[in-house]
Amino acid sequence: MTEAVQRLNPAPSGPRILRALLLVGVVVAALWVGLRVLRDPNVFSALGPTLSKLGQALVAIVLGVGGIWGLFYAGNVIIESLPGRAAGILRPYLFVIPAVAVVGLYLIYPTVGTVVESFTDVPEGDGPLTNYGQAFTNRDVLIALRNNAIWLLIAPAASVVIGLVFAALADRVRHEATAKSFVFMPLAVSFVGASVIWRFMYAWKPPGQPQIGVLNALWVGAGGVLVNLGLLEEVEPVAWLQHIPWNTLALIAIMVWLQVGFAMVILSAAIKGVPTELTEAARIDGASELQAFFRITVPSIRGSILTVYTTISIAVLKVFDIIFVTTGGNLDTSVVAVRMYQEMFRFRNFGQATTMAVILLIAVLPIMIVNIRNLRRQGVGA
Amino acid sequence: MSKRWLIATMVAFSLIVAACGGDTGATTTTGGTDTTEAPTTTAEGDTTTTGEGGESTGYEHLDQALAGDFDGSTVEIWAQWLPESSEAANFTHTLEPFTEATGITVNFQPTPDYETALQVAVDGGNAPDLAQIAQPGKMHQYADAGSLVALSDWLNTDKLAAEMVPAFYELGTYNDTLYGVYYKADVKSIVWYPVQGFADAGYEVPTTWDELVALSDQIIADGNGNPWCISIESQEADGWVATDWMEDILLRTAPPEIYNQWITHEIPFNHPEVLEAADYMSQIWFTDDYAYGGNTYINATWIGETQDPMFAEDGPQCWMQKQAAWIGGFWGANRDALADDPNLPSDQWPIKPETDVDFFYFPQIEEEFGTPVLGAADMFVMYNDRPEVRALLEWLATPEAAEGWIERGGFLSTLTTVPEDWYVYPNNQLSTMVADATTLGFDASDLMPAEVGVGSFWSGMVDWVAANGEGTEEVFQEIEDSWPTG
Repeated sequence: MTEAVQRLNPAPSGPRILRALLLVGVVVAALWVGLRVLRDPNVFSALGPTLSKLGQALVAIVLGVGGIWGLFYAGNVIIESLPGRAAGILRPYLFVIPAVAVVGLYLIYPTVGTVVESFTDVPEGDGPLTNYGQAFTNRDVLIALRNNAIWLLIAPAASVVIGLVFAALADRVRHEATAKSFVFMPLAVSFVGASVIWRFMYAWKPPGQPQIGVLNALWVGAGGVLVNLGLLEEVEPVAWLQHIPWNTLALIAIMVWLQVGFAMVILSAAIKGVPTELTEAARIDGASELQAFFRITVPSIRGSILTVYTTISIAVLKVFDIIFVTTGGNLDTSVVAVRMYQEMFRFRNFGQATTMAVILLIAVLPIMIVNIRNLRRQGVGA
Repeated sequence: MSKRWLIATMVAFSLIVAACGGDTGATTTTGGTDTTEAPTTTAEGDTTTTGEGGESTGYEHLDQALAGDFDGSTVEIWAQWLPESSEAANFTHTLEPFTEATGITVNFQPTPDYETALQVAVDGGNAPDLAQIAQPGKMHQYADAGSLVALSDWLNTDKLAAEMVPAFYELGTYNDTLYGVYYKADVKSIVWYPVQGFADAGYEVPTTWDELVALSDQIIADGNGNPWCISIESQEADGWVATDWMEDILLRTAPPEIYNQWITHEIPFNHPEVLEAADYMSQIWFTDDYAYGGNTYINATWIGETQDPMFAEDGPQCWMQKQAAWIGGFWGANRDALADDPNLPSDQWPIKPETDVDFFYFPQIEEEFGTPVLGAADMFVMYNDRPEVRALLEWLATPEAAEGWIERGGFLSTLTTVPEDWYVYPNNQLSTMVADATTLGFDASDLMPAEVGVGSFWSGMVDWVAANGEGTEEVFQEIEDSWPTG
């Protein structure tokens, strides 16, 4: 018994500690050398371009995975070489501190820095709120804020409603998995990819020219039939992306297309989690399908609906790629994230850029709080 | 056991993808195998800057490089021209003589998303040695931040000033220090038209504004479609084509002092002279049936495809496009031909400049303001000071640095010492046009502060087009309001 315990936690001794420190030294040295090797672009050039990249990738993976493992292992050895009680207290910190440090460095520090800079990056002699004053009196920023509000109002609601409808309908269909995969597939497409796809869908060519955009092809084609039947005088293609204010709705459609799959999957799982006894009881009591759905099923999955709604809302507030790729933020379609990019990279006005970021942060916070509270209430299980 | 195999396969797969993915990045021209011989002749024409034997080029570090002093070193140079584009291919080609002569490896990085990438690299302490910059305003920003190397400290500025078009030399200076060497110029005051179409229809090239308008009316009256091919869509750079029109017209309707004061904001953006220029522009852009497809086409069609209706099978549907010479590579079938082979010289394009599509000078409007020319240019700036970097920059200031590109077409040099016979059409005419111009105006939106020049001016033009030319005063007032204070 004591032997086993001793093996688990051998008594600390000089040579043990020395060996532990040596191990740490070796790991650190290996990482150091490895990183130096990776930084030099020509180290593997003798192998030719492709093999050298493979070589670098191999080194990076071995270094990254092995290095982290090595550091943890070395840290653990050091801790074990300490007296038992100290080891027990310190060990959790060894495994948690690196993750917390990384989050602190890459999340908390930049956030604090951004907020501070939005107050301090002002022209000589101006007050700390100058950037905010400028932002809220700038016509383009006000349009962007208005657009964000429109997006927030329409996009999550549309995604959730359509997702819910699909989830409910797919529930009863024979080839449920296939049907759901079709709706789910857009989720695999990157935002930029989707934007490029939809740019072509919305493409406009002058009347009389062949329409390469799917929507205009359908519009003109269907309209052409009606014209031939004498029901319409003429039909012109629609400039979906150029027509203010409907171009914002066209862009929202892209977002909804992307998010519906996500909503549908979560809500479908939630719907299946509703005990069938409840709906059956309702049906026995004479409720119609719709009544059963809206009075029984939907309230039961309220938690999931809220989760999906808030998650999509956060994604909607951050939306950038869709607007940037399709219209570049012109024609009154801009949003705060696009303004932030333009201020930062085109105008190099960091005060304004950080202000945009802070505005987004403040807008997202309440939604995040609701989301987290909701998840906690659900027990993070539903 | 099968799970382990799956993970191993995925790791291997990602390794392979990572290895294969990045090859289209840098194009390197490597030298260095011939180390000990005398420098080789690079130029074929007779110029004064050949480094042969012991003859000096006039530039100290270039001489040393040609003598082999920096053999084996590397210089990194970034530019905006897209990877695999004909411009990137031409630049690589034009750099080859340098590497052959000096043994210095030039690492040319064509970079998409250029402005962001360059800024991040500079701010992160990882700046390239040399970088191409199109806007003087950007150069000022980098100079203010202390990122740029002052060229006047070591460059033979007397020689450079003597050999470069003065306007371009001046623009490379800031606070009395030279920071940028201008390299490639673009002339914008030209209008392209279909040669055969004009001949068949009996149209003549207009030489005054009134003739231009009359020709436009004539084309409409003849039922030959619409006279003008105009479009401005270019994603995040939407609107810059419109700013070129405004600037070209302003140069023709107001004295150069007004143009310069407009740039520096000594007069408001919506000064009456500027609004008058906008009226002239409206005459072409927003008169019914003048522009092919109307204002919707203008806002919806990508700038590379603007001229496509000119090459329609049953004859040109639009007849004139005002655009700089780079557009040649984008005419209809040329896009595909150059996509297949970016190195294709212009005399082998399906639609050839001069024979198929020719240009005329964007006409004078008010006689008292002569024949101004609107241009823009790219300069190279230096971030890291090393002797081999100095040598490359000095070489870029010589005609040899442009020769390879010039002979392929699509390049106009900023130097006055380039022999005329090097140029192929249309740049030989363009260089004469620049030399003969009564005023050479540099693209104003490139000189204005970024918030306006690449911000509200662009988006204001887009909005103006969306409104089909209505509310001109409001649009220009908004741009004026957006001018940064302080």
